[in-house]
Amino acid sequence: MKTYHAYTKSGAEISYTDKKRWFWLLSSFFPLQALIGIYFHHITDNQLWLLLPFIIIYILAPLIDYILKEDVSNPPDEISLALDADRYYRALTYLAVPIHTLSLLVVAWWIGTQNLDWWAYLGLSIIAGIVSGLGINTGHELGHKRTNLEKNLAKFVLAIPFYGHFTIDHNQGHHRDVATPDDASSSRMGENFYQFLYREIPSAVTRSFQIETQRLSRRNQNFFCLNNQILQSYAISIALQGSIVIIFGLEMLPFLVIHNAFAWFQLSSANYIEHYGLLRLKEKSGHYERCKPHHSWNSNHIFSNLVFFHLQRHSDHHTHPTRRYQSLKHYEDLPSLPNGYLGCYLIAYLPWLWFYIMDKRLLQLNHIKGDLTKINIHPQKKIFLLDKYRHNEYQEAQESC
Amino acid sequence: MLKHQCPECSYIYDAKIGDQFEGYPPGRLFSDLPDDFTCPDCAVRFKIDFIEVSSA
Ligand SMILES: [Zn+2]
Repeated sequence: MKTYHAYTKSGAEISYTDKKRWFWLLSSFFPLQALIGIYFHHITDNQLWLLLPFIIIYILAPLIDYILKEDVSNPPDEISLALDADRYYRALTYLAVPIHTLSLLVVAWWIGTQNLDWWAYLGLSIIAGIVSGLGINTGHELGHKRTNLEKNLAKFVLAIPFYGHFTIDHNQGHHRDVATPDDASSSRMGENFYQFLYREIPSAVTRSFQIETQRLSRRNQNFFCLNNQILQSYAISIALQGSIVIIFGLEMLPFLVIHNAFAWFQLSSANYIEHYGLLRLKEKSGHYERCKPHHSWNSNHIFSNLVFFHLQRHSDHHTHPTRRYQSLKHYEDLPSLPNGYLGCYLIAYLPWLWFYIMDKRLLQLNHIKGDLTKINIHPQKKIFLLDKYRHNEYQEAQESC
Repeated sequence: MLKHQCPECSYIYDAKIGDQFEGYPPGRLFSDLPDDFTCPDCAVRFKIDFIEVSSA
């Protein structure tokens, strides 16, 4: 284990060993799980094995999160610089890119060459999509970084599920407008997951196109030019997915459509739970207050953090968007999710259960304390929710318990 | 005088160099950047937040 040394302001030497160092390999290799299913299908000739990743993702991972619980450890501030500079950590994000490419190609080869039953075809396509959704997470970590290598790797990995507009929409749209009614990637109290999906996915395209058009017009360039970062990524998508169709035939088209759709679905699942109902207040100047840690739902569940490059330490990510994953911190008194992301997705897919669990948590947050004016509310549900959670009633309930 | 820094992510706008990628040519003064200028790296600090740094 590598030990980092630094000096505090008073001159005392401190040292730090990152216990999670080797465990971060999980984030790079977790995407290989579709290939494990394929391997067992190959040796047993039983197609049910192809569905193994569903069990890993939706049963095993939430269970491990439930058992291992939360990790609230932080690296000391003085160590952050050395930890950020350690190239091992970024190498893992680079490594995830060929792994994602390999996963897509092997799954495509298997679907294109095996005579699968319809349910196995469908299941494997959805699993490939979920795995490429993890690829969007890798693209997220890379796309926030300043270096050209990382920016280009982000374009490549986002091209796998045809989501090349993500970096621009996310960095310059979502981060700017997060936890306000202006942001289609921040879900509102009373808005169910499916309504959110329908609002977010088209908006990500239009907002990113607007932002990139503005940048290009400052350079006196047209939207359709080689410098367009979104089109660069789309071109890789066309080359990659086009090659799959050329090699394995037109019957790959349904696979690619399902794969892409479920990767986007996976990303929207994360976005739905990350800021549900949270609201930045407007200051006297008319601007929204800065994004603070309590404007994101955080999850310290150790296992899912280790497979998501720490994405779930979302409060710190939005407070310091360029901070590298290994250095993201936990803060006290944050809005906290009941499980890791994978478990929370399952809850989000059942709107009544999500509202039942999360509306209470939202109202009880220290900075909200039942005050609905401090919540980002779905306009169509506003009257219903105001009626249901009137301020006085909430306080009465608090006093009586 | 010519350099301004983002207090969040340390991005530096140097008027001598401009920022070609973002479409600001060399020589474009910080004060001449658009009012809605947003930090190109972190996007959570704005023109008003940037701090002048000595060009040394
Ligand atoms: Zn910045």
